[in-house]
Amino acid sequence: MQIRVRALESILTAKGYVEPAALDAIIEAYETKIGPHHGAQVVAKAWTDPAFKQALLDDGSAAVAKLGHVARTGDHLVVVENTPERHNMVVCTLCSCYPWELLGLPPVWYKASPYRSRAVKDPRGVLSDFGVTLPKDIEVRVWDSTAETRFLVLPMRPKGTEGWSEGQLAELVTRDSMIGTGFPKTPGAPS
Amino acid sequence: MNGVHDMGGMDGFGKVEAEPNEPVFHAEWEGRVMALVRAMGAAGAFNIDTSRFYREALPPHVYLGSSYYKKWLLGLEDLLVAKGYVGADEVKAGRALKETKAPKRGKLTLDQIDRIMVRGKFGRTPPAPAKFKAGDRVRAKNIHPATHTRLPRYVRGHIGVVERDHGVHVFPDSASIEAGENPQWLYTVVFDGTELWGPDSDPTVKVSIDAFEPYLELA
Repeated sequence: MQIRVRALESILTAKGYVEPAALDAIIEAYETKIGPHHGAQVVAKAWTDPAFKQALLDDGSAAVAKLGHVARTGDHLVVVENTPERHNMVVCTLCSCYPWELLGLPPVWYKASPYRSRAVKDPRGVLSDFGVTLPKDIEVRVWDSTAETRFLVLPMRPKGTEGWSEGQLAELVTRDSMIGTGFPKTPGAPS
Repeated sequence: MNGVHDMGGMDGFGKVEAEPNEPVFHAEWEGRVMALVRAMGAAGAFNIDTSRFYREALPPHVYLGSSYYKKWLLGLEDLLVAKGYVGADEVKAGRALKETKAPKRGKLTLDQIDRIMVRGKFGRTPPAPAKFKAGDRVRAKNIHPATHTRLPRYVRGHIGVVERDHGVHVFPDSASIEAGENPQWLYTVVFDGTELWGPDSDPTVKVSIDAFEPYLELA
């Protein structure tokens, strides 16, 4: 594969269609800059600032754009809130749509057949693959990302974090908790 | 198209296996492929819907048997050849052999990287008022386009409820075949799990898709 990809890149470079330095910069951005820490900051802010949380649920893209320093995001970000009555989970059954700007590139499992096929039919079974068990009567809402809307789950704030700063809270927010296949870390538990 | 990529509800793929401390890329070439696709898209060689269509159009055994970024590479090669940016002989030879069509926007240079780190804009001005509103009961049409569509098979023929509208967006079914943006209203439509998977399925499950207006009819 390495050789085949290198050959295609050399063809496109020779034709003047791509610039290798630009490719390097794209790769570097996804390897070192863009990742779930962006989403975690958004979640932590929502946990501490009720007005921001409401704005985020009303119009995710606009609310994140106002934060400026945290992360940039494209249009049509939809933030969905977990509550004691409802757990949200995000999938893309048709391909791999995922909020890249807030979570980075998706993990292999998110893009692979087992998750894409089962998440809509047996979400509790999928959650059990992650070691996650929900109360029996809670609604499980699965969001299939079939358009250019992008979904971010706002998990519930862990108990025992009263008075914590945004920075401290952001440390508890896991990638999977923002996809809906996990929970935030619990204060004091080993990470 | 009714391809293997449309896998919502299929059985037999096994457990979800998460990899602890997964790297962003598992090999150097994966990053190069991702960047090549982004750069050629930014250069105007294709839109995102067309690139998805070419990945879906891979033969089923190739689609299911290839890693994620291998699918990206194979789809990219097919697309570049089909659109005349690269010759099939050049892909085979592994080097440039001749003059070919150049992407319309010109190459993505280092100073333009910031531009593509935020997703493109898909919202458009409404060409007509919305047909549906939140609370409407709608049926996902029983349609089977042979080309690219974002209406998954598992909802076709089923009744759901419009939850919200997202305004008007580029219509992938048109854009993917380069038939213009043909903007359409986009709605979140939510289905009861039992409507989709039968009366014996988990009654606590609800599933939503984002559906373009031509996919829906009032129920």
